[in-house]
Amino acid sequence: MTAVQYLRCLRGIVWREALRFLHQRERFVAALVRPLVWLFIFAAGFRAVLGLSIMPPYETYVLYEVYITPGLIAMIQLFNGMQSSLSMVYDREMGNMRTLLISPLPRWYLLSCKLLAGVCVSLLQVYVFLLIAWSWGIDAPLLGYLTVLPALVLSGLMLGALGMLLSSFIKQLENFAGIMNFVIFPMFFASSALYPLWRMRESSLLLYQICSFNPFTHAVELIRFALYGEVNLLALAVVAGCTLLFMGLAIYGYDPGRGMMARRRGAPA
Amino acid sequence: MSTAEAIAGTTPEGAATPALAVEGVSHSFGKRRALDEVSFTVAAGEFAVLLGQNGAGKTTLFSLVTRLYDNRSGAIRIFGHEVRRRPSEALARIGVVFQQRTLDLDLSVTQNLLYHAALHGMPRAEARARGSAELARLDLAERARDKVRQLSGGQLRRVEIARALLHEPKLLLLDEPTVGLDIGSRQSLLNHVRGLVREQNLGILWATHLIDEVAEDDRVILLHQGKVLANDRAEAVVRQSGTADLKAAFTALTGAGGTGGEGQERAP
Repeated sequence: MTAVQYLRCLRGIVWREALRFLHQRERFVAALVRPLVWLFIFAAGFRAVLGLSIMPPYETYVLYEVYITPGLIAMIQLFNGMQSSLSMVYDREMGNMRTLLISPLPRWYLLSCKLLAGVCVSLLQVYVFLLIAWSWGIDAPLLGYLTVLPALVLSGLMLGALGMLLSSFIKQLENFAGIMNFVIFPMFFASSALYPLWRMRESSLLLYQICSFNPFTHAVELIRFALYGEVNLLALAVVAGCTLLFMGLAIYGYDPGRGMMARRRGAPA
Repeated sequence: MSTAEAIAGTTPEGAATPALAVEGVSHSFGKRRALDEVSFTVAAGEFAVLLGQNGAGKTTLFSLVTRLYDNRSGAIRIFGHEVRRRPSEALARIGVVFQQRTLDLDLSVTQNLLYHAALHGMPRAEARARGSAELARLDLAERARDKVRQLSGGQLRRVEIARALLHEPKLLLLDEPTVGLDIGSRQSLLNHVRGLVREQNLGILWATHLIDEVAEDDRVILLHQGKVLANDRAEAVVRQSGTADLKAAFTALTGAGGTGGEGQERAP
């Protein structure tokens, strides 16, 4: 297999993901409505309740809407990552996954392509969200829209890899409802998406510690700083490290010699 | 590969290397033994029927040959390439039609084919040309732009065959391809695949539980509870079992008696 063939494969997988995405317009609308409700309703109501001090990367007092925008971006990616994992479980049950896995290219590569395709879709969602927020006056420095891109790719990869990892452990589609309760909500609320962590420390030290260990917090902070043209090194390291860890485990989970594929049929029905 | 050639070694250019060689393969799920020391070969240009009841281990075998998961013991070679050691070379040479429908319902026929071609690293122009040729051969040319969802069961299967042949494999694996099809579609599917054997010298492994899909000249690999009970030409299997036809031979060999079933076409 040559490098050109690897590239064709990547292009094919991204192309299919894009086609599927275009066919599911409801999914696109849902992916946008969710953060917009948070932004326009929740944030507006909370603006008065929650006082924010000046903190990096902000150089002045910012509106609450501005504060939660990076968190909502990460939320879009979180949902997208979980949705991709849902579609992988679905593909596996429906048999579409086999089309992917009988490709002669290495399995780790196929899974990485799949991950990247999911990230591309999430980027589209994020930029449309940013555009709507911008038209409402919730904006970042112009250059920030460019510098946030690498951060979005990395955080998208981390959350997508987490979804893929979960999908390799989920045996059936029904179990997926649990993901919502046990992964998405805890990750989102126990993070710096909605409130700065110093606020959290005031109410509970334990919760504060949980939040600061949550990889989602670091994804949010990575995006927040990148949106203002800055690099949060700690967040970068944590997100990069978690991406590698989650991907490694997901590839292990789909390994034909070891993972769930081999065990699945043997599991008690 | 070299040993196989040395043993068979009469034909030039390694033509004697079997398209598919399954050698002493066993596989278990937990305590249940799904395959027990299974061995057989399929030559290029041979139509082999993997015959067995539901639960005989056919799908497990397909999963191992296509490396959905690895075999724990024994070896599976495709034109001499062991699936576990050299999956890329092995998988590039096979086309597969799975028992489950694996087409993307929301995409068009052509889009499905192009996706498959990309997974095999084929250039887009070549994929389009090959796709149109295969669809034309299967009388599906005018459905190329339709969504897969709009096709009938028989048409879906034909698209899956066109897709499996896109990258010009030398071995075609079909797992219960006629399930859910009416008699007419079944027959035309069989005829088409038999035509491929004649015209393109493809090796075929056709898994089924329907005895009437077997022709006299076919190799029959009779799989029962994970074991190979017979592996020979259909007429030889019948002769050796001392019975009148394949159905009686099947009953005698598997001990699946008491079905009566006159005129039934299914394996009892």
